[in-house]
Amino acid sequence: MMEVLELLKKLTTLDGVSGEEKPVRDFILSHIKDYVDDYKIDNMGNLIAFKKGTGNSGLRIMLDAHMDEVGLMVTHINSDGLLKFQTIGGIEARVLVGKRVRVGEKGIPGVIGFKPIHLQESSERNGSVNKKKLTIDIGAKDREQAEEKVSVGDYVTFAYDPVDFGDNKLMAKALDNRVGCAALMELLKGRYEWDVYGCFTVQEEVGLKGAKTASYQVMPHMALILEGTTCYDVPDTQEQGMSTRCGKGPALTVMDRSVITDRDLVRFIASTAEQHNIPYQYKQTISGGTNAGRIQVNGTGVKVAVMAVPCRYIHTPVSVMDKSDFNHMITLARKVLETLPKSDAAKRCDQLVQPPAISLFADKGGKTYV
Amino acid sequence: MECSELLKKLGSMSAVAGRENRATQRIAELFGEYCDEVRVDAFYNVIGIKKGKGQNPGSVLVTAHYDEIGLIVTGIEESGFLKFAPNGGVDPKAIGAMPVLVHGKEDLFGVIGTKPPHLIPPEEADKAIKMEDMRIDIGLDGEKARELVSVGDMVSFVNPAQELMNNRLAGKSMDNRSGVAALVEILKELKKLNHEDDVYVAATVQEELGLIGAFTATYNIKADLGIVIDVCHGDMPDCPSDETFPLGKGVAIAVGPILSSKHTKACIKLAKSERIPYQIDPETGDTGTEAAVHAIAREGIPVVLLSIPAKYMHTSVEMVCVDDVIATGRLAARYIAGRVKD
Amino acid sequence: MFDLIKTLTQTYGPSGNEKKVAQTIRGLLEGKVDEIRTDAMGNLICVKKGSGKKIMLAAHMDEIGIIVSYIDDKGFIRFGNVGGIPPLIILGQRVVFENGTVGVIWYEESIDNMKNAKLDKMFIDIGAKSREEAEKLVKVGDMGVFVGDTIEQNGRIISKALDDRIGCAVLVQLALSEPETDNEIYYVFTTQEEVGLRGAKTAAFGIVPDMALAIDVCDMGDIPGCKPMAVKLGEGPTIKIKDRSVIAHPEVKDALIMAATENKIPYQMEVMLEGGTDAGSIHITAGGIPSGGVSIPTRFIHDAAEMVDMKDVENAIKLLAEFVKA
Repeated sequence: MMEVLELLKKLTTLDGVSGEEKPVRDFILSHIKDYVDDYKIDNMGNLIAFKKGTGNSGLRIMLDAHMDEVGLMVTHINSDGLLKFQTIGGIEARVLVGKRVRVGEKGIPGVIGFKPIHLQESSERNGSVNKKKLTIDIGAKDREQAEEKVSVGDYVTFAYDPVDFGDNKLMAKALDNRVGCAALMELLKGRYEWDVYGCFTVQEEVGLKGAKTASYQVMPHMALILEGTTCYDVPDTQEQGMSTRCGKGPALTVMDRSVITDRDLVRFIASTAEQHNIPYQYKQTISGGTNAGRIQVNGTGVKVAVMAVPCRYIHTPVSVMDKSDFNHMITLARKVLETLPKSDAAKRCDQLVQPPAISLFADKGGKTYV
Repeated sequence: MECSELLKKLGSMSAVAGRENRATQRIAELFGEYCDEVRVDAFYNVIGIKKGKGQNPGSVLVTAHYDEIGLIVTGIEESGFLKFAPNGGVDPKAIGAMPVLVHGKEDLFGVIGTKPPHLIPPEEADKAIKMEDMRIDIGLDGEKARELVSVGDMVSFVNPAQELMNNRLAGKSMDNRSGVAALVEILKELKKLNHEDDVYVAATVQEELGLIGAFTATYNIKADLGIVIDVCHGDMPDCPSDETFPLGKGVAIAVGPILSSKHTKACIKLAKSERIPYQIDPETGDTGTEAAVHAIAREGIPVVLLSIPAKYMHTSVEMVCVDDVIATGRLAARYIAGRVKD
Repeated sequence: MFDLIKTLTQTYGPSGNEKKVAQTIRGLLEGKVDEIRTDAMGNLICVKKGSGKKIMLAAHMDEIGIIVSYIDDKGFIRFGNVGGIPPLIILGQRVVFENGTVGVIWYEESIDNMKNAKLDKMFIDIGAKSREEAEKLVKVGDMGVFVGDTIEQNGRIISKALDDRIGCAVLVQLALSEPETDNEIYYVFTTQEEVGLRGAKTAAFGIVPDMALAIDVCDMGDIPGCKPMAVKLGEGPTIKIKDRSVIAHPEVKDALIMAATENKIPYQMEVMLEGGTDAGSIHITAGGIPSGGVSIPTRFIHDAAEMVDMKDVENAIKLLAEFVKA
C-alpha cells in the first residue's frame, strides 16, 4: 500500500476548489486511463470511468469520490492591496487566521493576517473571529500592484504540504476528499463481476452537485460513496459527540442529514469486514451530508452506503488521519466489490427496473469499449 | 549571505522564550564570521564584539532579541493530547488549526486542532475559545506521549518564512529575527566603515517574557550608547494610524521621553543625509521594548530605538519588508561609525 | 376500518426501515391489484392497470422516531432524531425498538433552563445496568418509534403514527373497493417522507403519472391556543391548496372540488403554513407532474397520541374514489 499513500500525498498538494477541479482531474486521468476500459468527462467536469464486469447480470455499481476541496475566492481588491475573500464550502473563521494560501492559477503566495493582540479592544479580545474582516495579503502595496498578479474571482487554496507524524498519522490539506479519490484510483485497478462506474465528481462541497448529474448518467443499482468524515476524538468531548475515531477503521454511515443508507448493504459491508478481520466503525453523529443523499434519490432509486476515513480537523489546512484507516477502507471496499454480487443485499437488485445507463462513451474522449 | 536568505534561515530556528539555547550556537557562528570575539553569557545572550580603531574607544551596545513567542505544555492527557498555555503574548484566536513543533525528548510535529462546528452549541459560537480548552494533537497515544513529552516542554509554531511581493517575507518569528538579521547587516556594514568605538552586537533572550536578557546584557557591558532593534506594528486595516507604519518606507526611528533626544535627532539627520528611508515612531511611554531597560541600566545608557514595521505581529504570518531590515542595519552601522560624542 | 388502522399504526416502521409496513400492506393487497413491485428505496408500488390517465396516489409508510448514536458505560442511550421531533413533546415518552425493547426518554436534570432541553441533553433508559447489558438488546444505529396504542372514542381515533398510516389505510381501503375506471391507478406507499420527502422522488420517476395526489395528515385550527387555521376535525377531508413544499396544481385542485361537490362529499380547503408532503417531491420530478393532495385533519401531529375523526377518513375514501374515476 506504500504506493497509494504516496499517491494520496501528491493528490493533497494539487489545487481543486469546488468549480476548479481541473488540476486534480488531470492528474487522476493521467493515471487511470491506462487501466480503465473507458472514461468520459461530462459537462460539469465529472470524470466517469468504466470497468466492464466479468459477469453478465447487467447490474451497475457506482463508486463515488468527490475531487473538490473547500477553499476561498477573491471577491474584492482593496485600495491598500489587500484581498477580500469569501469561503467556498464550509470553512470556519477561527481556522483561517494566520494561514498560508495560494491565489489564482499562478499560485501567488499570500497569508491571511490578523490584528495583533496588542491592538485589540477588550471586546475584540473576548469575542470570536469575524470572517468578513479577514483579508489575504500578497505583499502588494496598492490595488494597482495587486491587480498585476491576482484578480477578483481567483480561486484560493491553502498552501500546506503533507507531513507524516506521530503514530502512523498523516497531516495534509484536503484529506476530504483526496482519500476518496486515491482509494477509488486504486480500486479501479481491479476487475469485478458487476459493471463498475468510478465517478470522480465535482462540486460536492457546495451542495452535492456533481453526484446528481453523474448518477443520472450512470443510473446505477448500487453505489458506494468513498469519503473523509468528521472525527473529533479529543478528550473532554462527550464520547457521543466524537462522531468517529481515528485508528478504529473506516466509518460506515447509518444516517446523516442527507441520507438514511441502505440497511442491507451496510450490514453486508459490516459482516464482510468482520469475516476478514478488517476493523470498522459506525459514524455516531447524524450531522453532515454526502453525495450519497443525491445519488440515492436518482432515477428510481439507488441502494447506497458510505465508507469514510475519519479525519480530525476536517475543512482546515491541517486535517489529520490515521494511515491504517485509509488502508483498511481500500481493503474493505475491494472485498465488498468482490463478494457483493453473491450477497443477500444484491439478490433483490436484479428485480429492480433501472433505466439504462445513458450511453456515456459515444465520442468524447477515451476509447469505446466493444 | 544575502539578507532575505538570512532572514528565512533565522525565522526557521525554534527558539522559544526561555529555550533560546537551541539556536545559540548557530547565532554565535553567524556573528563569528564578522566579529573579533563572540561571547555567550549565562542566559544565552550572544554577544559579538567588533573592536574599534580609536585610542580610547567608547562602546556601543546594540541589542535585538532572538526569542520568539510559543507555548508551554501544561498537561498530557490519557488520550495523548497535550494541554498547553501561552509562553509570551499568544492570541488564542490566532492559533486554531495550526501546525506546531513540540520540543520534548525529540522534536515532535503536532497540530492545534479545532472543534468541528457541529459540536459547538449556538451560545458559544460568538465567544473566543479559551486556550485551556484547546489541545495539541501529536498523533500518539497517552503512553507514548508521556515517554516523549513532559509537562513544561516548550512548543514553537511552524511556518517557515515565505517571499511575497515587494520583497516582503511572511512567517513566524519575524518578531524579532528581523532584528537579528539587522544585527548581521550592521556587522556587514561596519566592515566597510571606520569606527572608533568597540561595538557589542547582542542577540538577547526572553524579551517576550519581560525584557529579561536585556537586563543582564546592559549590566555586563558598560555602554556609552545603546541601540535597540525590534519590530513595530505594520499598517493593517482597522488599526490606529498613529500606532502603525507602512512596510517598505524604511526604518521607524522612535522619538519620546525615554529615548536619547540628542542621539535620536542625530540619527534622523544622518538618515536624511545618507538617503536612508525612515519614518518617525512617536513613543510616549515605555516603548514596550528593551529600550526601557537600556535607559535605566546602571547609570543609564542613552538609547536609540530603531524598529522594523511588521504586520500581523504575534501570529504565524508576521510580515516584514526586507528593504526595511537592510535600511535599519545600514542606518545603525553608519550612526555607530559617526556618532555624536558626549 | 378500525382494525386496518390499528394494524397499520402499530406496525414498526421508522424512516429507512419501512419493510414491515410494506409487507403488511402487500399482504392485504395481493391479488386485489394487477401488479405489485418495490423499488430500490423500498417504495411499495401497487398498480391497477388501465388504458386511461395515469394517476398516482401516494401515502408514506414511514413514521418519525429516534436513532441510537451512543451507549455509555452505564447503559444509558444517547440518540438523534429521525424526522421532526419537538424536544419537549418527547420528554417522558416511551420508545420501542424493532425487537420490542422499551425505553424511557428523560433529560439531564442538571440543566438550568428547560429551553435548553434539546435532544443532546436527553437520553433513553432501557433499564440496563451497563453497556454490555444494553448492547444485548440495542445497538448503535438502531431506530426506535414511539409507544402509543390505538383506540377509538367518540367517533375519533387516538394513536401514534396516524401520520401517515391513516393515509396508508385510506389507500388500502380504496384499493380494496376496486373503483371502476379506465384510468390506471398507482397506489404508492412511499418511504422516507419524514426525512426529506425522499422515497416519493424515485417512485414518481419510475411512474411519471399524469397527475398525483399525496394522501397525508394536515394541521387543524380548533384546539385552545392554536395558530389560526380554517380546518376543523370532522368537517371533511381537506383539498390541498398549499403547504410548505408545494402549491397544488389548479387543475388537480379543481378536479377534486368538482368530485366533492358533484357527489355531495364534505371537504375543507387546506392552507398549511408549516410542514411539507410527498407532493413537494413528486411535482418537480421528471418534466413536472401536476400534483395536489387530500389530507386528513389531525391534532397533535408528531406526538405519540395523534387524533383524527373517522368521518373525515371515510369521506376521504369516498372523495378519492370519485376523483380517480374522472
